[in-house]
Amino acid sequence: MLISVNVNGAEQQREVEPRKLLVDFIRSELGMTGTHIGCDTTSCGACTVLLDGKPVKSCTLLAVQANGRNVRTVEGLKQNGQLHPIQTAFKENHGLQCGFCTPGMMLVGSALLAENPDPSDDDVRWAISGNICRCTGYMNIVKAIQSAGQAMQGA
Amino acid sequence: MTTTQNQPTTTPEVGGIGHSVLRHEDDRFIQGAGRYLDDHVLPGMLHMAILRSPVAHARIRSIDSSAASALPGVVAVVTGELLAGYNLAWMPTLSGDTQAVLATDKVRYQGQEVAAVIATDPYIARDALPLIDVDYEDLPAITNPMEGLAAGAPLIRDEKEGQTDNVAYTWEAGDKAATDAAFAKAAKVVELDTHYPRSHPSPLETCGCLADVNPATGEVTIYLTSQAPHAHRTLFAIVAGLPEQNIRIISPDLGGGFGNKVPIYPGYVVATAASLVIGKPVKWIESRTENLISTGFGRDFYMKGQLALDGEGRITAMRVEMTSDQGAFYADAQPTKFRAGLFHICTGSYDFPAAHIAAKGVFTNKAPGGVAYRCSFRVTEASYLIERLVQNAAYESGMDPAEFRMKNFIKPEQFPYHSPTGFVYDSGDYHTALQMAMEMADYKGWRAKQQASKGTKRIGIGIASFTEVVGAGNSREYDIAGLKMFDSAELRIHPTGKAILKLGTKSQGQGHETTFAQIVAEELGIPHSDITVREGDTDNTPYGLGTYASRSTPVAGAATAMVSRKIREKARTLAAHLLEASEGDLEWETGRFYVKGSPDKGVTIQEIAFAAYTNHPEGVEAGLEGVHYYDPPNMTYPFGSYIVVVEVDTETGVWEVLKVVAVDDCGVRINPMIVEGQIQGGLTEGFAKANMQWITFDEDGNCIGSNFLDYLVPTAWETPKFELGETVTPSPHHPIGAKGVGESATVGSPAAFVNAVVDALWSEGVKNIDMPVLPHRVWGALKGA
Repeated sequence: MLISVNVNGAEQQREVEPRKLLVDFIRSELGMTGTHIGCDTTSCGACTVLLDGKPVKSCTLLAVQANGRNVRTVEGLKQNGQLHPIQTAFKENHGLQCGFCTPGMMLVGSALLAENPDPSDDDVRWAISGNICRCTGYMNIVKAIQSAGQAMQGA
Repeated sequence: MTTTQNQPTTTPEVGGIGHSVLRHEDDRFIQGAGRYLDDHVLPGMLHMAILRSPVAHARIRSIDSSAASALPGVVAVVTGELLAGYNLAWMPTLSGDTQAVLATDKVRYQGQEVAAVIATDPYIARDALPLIDVDYEDLPAITNPMEGLAAGAPLIRDEKEGQTDNVAYTWEAGDKAATDAAFAKAAKVVELDTHYPRSHPSPLETCGCLADVNPATGEVTIYLTSQAPHAHRTLFAIVAGLPEQNIRIISPDLGGGFGNKVPIYPGYVVATAASLVIGKPVKWIESRTENLISTGFGRDFYMKGQLALDGEGRITAMRVEMTSDQGAFYADAQPTKFRAGLFHICTGSYDFPAAHIAAKGVFTNKAPGGVAYRCSFRVTEASYLIERLVQNAAYESGMDPAEFRMKNFIKPEQFPYHSPTGFVYDSGDYHTALQMAMEMADYKGWRAKQQASKGTKRIGIGIASFTEVVGAGNSREYDIAGLKMFDSAELRIHPTGKAILKLGTKSQGQGHETTFAQIVAEELGIPHSDITVREGDTDNTPYGLGTYASRSTPVAGAATAMVSRKIREKARTLAAHLLEASEGDLEWETGRFYVKGSPDKGVTIQEIAFAAYTNHPEGVEAGLEGVHYYDPPNMTYPFGSYIVVVEVDTETGVWEVLKVVAVDDCGVRINPMIVEGQIQGGLTEGFAKANMQWITFDEDGNCIGSNFLDYLVPTAWETPKFELGETVTPSPHHPIGAKGVGESATVGSPAAFVNAVVDALWSEGVKNIDMPVLPHRVWGALKGA
């Protein structure tokens, strides 16, 4: 099937097998490897991308389902050469260790902040509860997302 | 000497020891620009998928791969029979056993590798798997060591010469006679019979490899999820009979490891063999289910522990009988001399003269592995046992568990302390750490609240005052598969005063690129941001045993300090030349040499580096670089005291964490931010094991817990919040006094959580609940009590 997906602002037209997963489309077809695969059961969230602004797990969508829609991946967080505040906040708050869950965490965090710029600890924990981190114990991820919210409000 | 924290002596710009420098590696990770294994793509690359046994124990009657081979896009189907032609159907494990690469005679656990498909596309490779027809003759499955030891149990390892039962190893430590004598005189004996359940490290990135054998030159490049790339290269050379200089292992960014990426797995061998035969690169990436059902698990120890007590609440001896479930192959990664790892650290933080441990490993029809899951060689099981026993011993002696610990702790003046099982603890101050934890947690206040809590909501307070042993080796006693446990660092100062440090270790998220740069910054005064740290490429780093068992800072960190000091000595020679002074007249301060008495007359390390390449004196070698192989004189012994407060609902068995205080002493902290991150992550692992995270099997050997829906790893929602404290008792034998911290909290905290739940229910007669402390187990313990 021929599909056209807007990925990080650029229109991407490709012929894909109907069964191709969105995550494989992003990684193999487009060569954007910041979106990761950590499980096969929609449990871990390493493959999270934003579909029309909403976090989705790209291992559980077919590429054809993204036809005509907008996808944002971690590669699209940086705008005009400027890191997104959530990227800066993850580094400054030590919100990552191995970095494998980080793209998904940042995308979920940015979607949360778009709706709720000043989330409580529980708000953040609930929002990221579909994303597993095996390294950090989450405290610094929560701090990072909250601090990005503050930075964005101050901006 | 213990202090509450170490203060940096360098400026933030230099960023030496004690600065919470932001991590160098983060810039690529936050932009999605890390390069993990599966991100690597090579021209002509093929994809491999593995067919695994659906049953736990069966004889293979036949394998028919013709339909799979005929599928368009399939390049080859590899079976054990095919590998046997290359003498690769079996491979050695890190513990001196052999393991099937692809099964030829029998399958011995569910998930065992039976055949592999190589195809042009990963989807096609998986399409072909169900087309392979394997005819199995089912055999009875053994799913725990007691069944394995029972008379008449089927022999799992019938292919192994001389193997007549299911015993994988026996091992003992300590002094049996002295221990028996102490128990004979004991006023009281406290017992605990407990199972530390099987769990899985499950790093978020699964295991995999990309094998690239150049058909023209025979050079083998293997991108590998490896915590120990140098050791793996040597073992590949030995197993495959390939010349070691032709093998290059590249361990790229790793999405976590936690011990899971220490062993060599059959998939690595098959992919490499396939690339060798086909002449094209072959990639193999595990699915999560494959990772959970077939790669290195942790724990699975059945422990019967006893403490002998005198009449005054003092421990006089400890006795342990321990049985480990090894799975179908003995594939632990333990130092050769120590079959049960360093379990004999189980006397913990306490001073008593006699101990004896008898251990036995048993083959079962379960996945092999026995890796130290975020732990230094079975220290986690040891720490759990003693900390659970000590709490029960306190109650049985009519004492508060904190008071009992204070009474039995090794005293600060007893260090270096010779333990009854042969360890020499380097330094410690257990009383101060526990005292600090009690103050931070308001221990007395919670005890008062506990007294007042009645009815169905019970407060429980648990303590764990653990001692770890990490940083293997010395090379006299410690080796893995014959390779001595030293580590190394190579440092080159470039002409412009910038530097590159290369290590034999491999970060999996621990922040090596930052921490080790800070050690160089401390020693040479070169700003941390001017230092690149490289690991994971065997062609471009010095030999080392890798990163596991909290050994990177104790061993490679020491090597980094030592090589920096070597370079400083060479720099002194160059400085004397530049300053036209004698070397003896020079003084060092951070980043520069100056002439004694004339502080203005000096040269910076950057000026010296430039001279090393542009103006070196006659008779002195050009350049400014060195290598140091560090063989530690002893292990390091991090410790800490954790206090957990829970509320248990006696009607539902559900327990909620109200407070977690963790005081850690890992010696000198190089980057406090990173250290605290390690502790927070480790506490989460400890909570997970106490609360939810385990792998079980049904009676037929089917793995329950083969995905993240059944194997529960905690999300942010379940994970409690932690309050951290620190004391600093430097290691006296480590060049910068550091001890290692990556695993302390995973080792120490499970007992604190379980102790808290048992503490809440002790008055109801509950003496033990095994991990994970699930609500139905709590409820059952209350009903059965």
